Amino acid sequence: MNLNRLFKTIFLVEFVSGLYLAIRELFRKSKTINYPFEKGSISPRMRGEHALRRYPNGEERCIACKLCEAVCPAQAITIESTERGDGSRKTTRYDIDMLKCIYCGLCQESCPVDAIVQGPNFEFATETREELYYDKKKLLENGDRWESVLAKNIKLDKLYR
Amino acid sequence: MLEYLQILGQEVYKIFFLLVPILVSVAMIVWLDRRIWGMVQKRRGPNVVGPFGLFQTLADALKYIFKEIIIPASANKVIFILAPIITMTLALVAWAVIPMSEDFVLSDINVGILYLFAISSLGVYGIIMGGWASNSKYPFLGAIRSAAQMVSYEVSIGIIIINVLLCVGSLNLKEIVLAQKDLWYVIPLFPMFIVFFISALAETNRPPFDLPEAEAELVAGYQTEYSGMMYAMFWLGEYANILLMCAMGSILFLGGWLPIIDIYPLNLIPAPIWMILKILFLFFLFALIKAIVPRYRYDQLMRLGWKIFLPFSLIYLVLTASFLFYFDKLPKGNF
Repeated sequence: MNLNRLFKTIFLVEFVSGLYLAIRELFRKSKTINYPFEKGSISPRMRGEHALRRYPNGEERCIACKLCEAVCPAQAITIESTERGDGSRKTTRYDIDMLKCIYCGLCQESCPVDAIVQGPNFEFATETREELYYDKKKLLENGDRWESVLAKNIKLDKLYR
Repeated sequence: MLEYLQILGQEVYKIFFLLVPILVSVAMIVWLDRRIWGMVQKRRGPNVVGPFGLFQTLADALKYIFKEIIIPASANKVIFILAPIITMTLALVAWAVIPMSEDFVLSDINVGILYLFAISSLGVYGIIMGGWASNSKYPFLGAIRSAAQMVSYEVSIGIIIINVLLCVGSLNLKEIVLAQKDLWYVIPLFPMFIVFFISALAETNRPPFDLPEAEAELVAGYQTEYSGMMYAMFWLGEYANILLMCAMGSILFLGGWLPIIDIYPLNLIPAPIWMILKILFLFFLFALIKAIVPRYRYDQLMRLGWKIFLPFSLIYLVLTASFLFYFDKLPKGNF
């Protein structure tokens, strides 16, 4: 043990400098945000909770092409469809198992009519498993609720698609 | 008969008024600890429950109360249940002799410091019993570590206390404080204060000496099998012990309830406030140290205790004694 090291050990030099550092950092602003009360910014590409969108006249966008069902790597999407009176093909059932979903965003990418999208909402934790088996009604509700944000995000991301 | 009941009632009343503030301050100190820790790491720490998160500990305690207490099938039930009770009781009992001011003390006994030292030594029983009765390997290893650690550091704490006693000439805590009227012992005995502080960290199983509960190796040490209120009692006992060590440090070295200098604006502040401020200052250092140091290795811990602190405090004891003898400053009290 050389003299310098001995001096440092006996007089706790490094310990005191660490203490000084701690006290200095104590009075600096913290780097974290106060989460439930303030939130960080979210990219328009955020892949959060799913939503089914509608056209402005209230008609569902989904044409039941089942591309999303086919592309889904986790096989979380189940679609059943039928021909409606006016000859258009519409879904009778559109279920997403949010517990199977891996939030990869492939359904959104594959959708030719921008019907199924992933919105910016990530705070949809529930107390039971059943609540996370989303059906068509729930997804459409999400779409109505988030429509303004979803439309804006799609517009912002248009350049890169 | 009635007279005895009256005395009993009075004592219970007094004890009640000692225990409740201590338990409340333990709760506040846990909050302070977590908050300081968070602030040093540039986090926020608990800040949601109540103003500034002050009631976080109460919320935690409530959670612990409503949790199920699980007793392992192979545990020794009696000792398993007894262990946290002993830890907490011992941590609280020691407060009986801590003087908050000249006449604000529950029992002013002549051998106060001895009593304090004895009770804090007994604290290791709670941990050993908890670790042994759990009948599982991590608690057992944690308990063994803790026992060895506390026994080692008690030796050097004992010698540090003798250092102070040499200067005072009394074991009464009140007289120890009053003897510091002119000069706090932190100045002449500064190296001993440092050694005391580090030993107190080891004695209360605080980082960097938290080997008994080193979560990387031992899950949670002797607390691994505990849950619910029993775990909370260990936890309360631990923090009450930390607070006790801070109180002990401020009585032995920082002049207890005495103001910094005995001049006009400072000596208007009531004595207990001074005492609390000093305890808080020491606790602040405890909390800071938790944030800045990594955990010691076990052999380093033992080396520090036996090979450095013990000889060093013994040498300092001899130095103090010879200094006092040579300059004829030995206390001439009532021996």
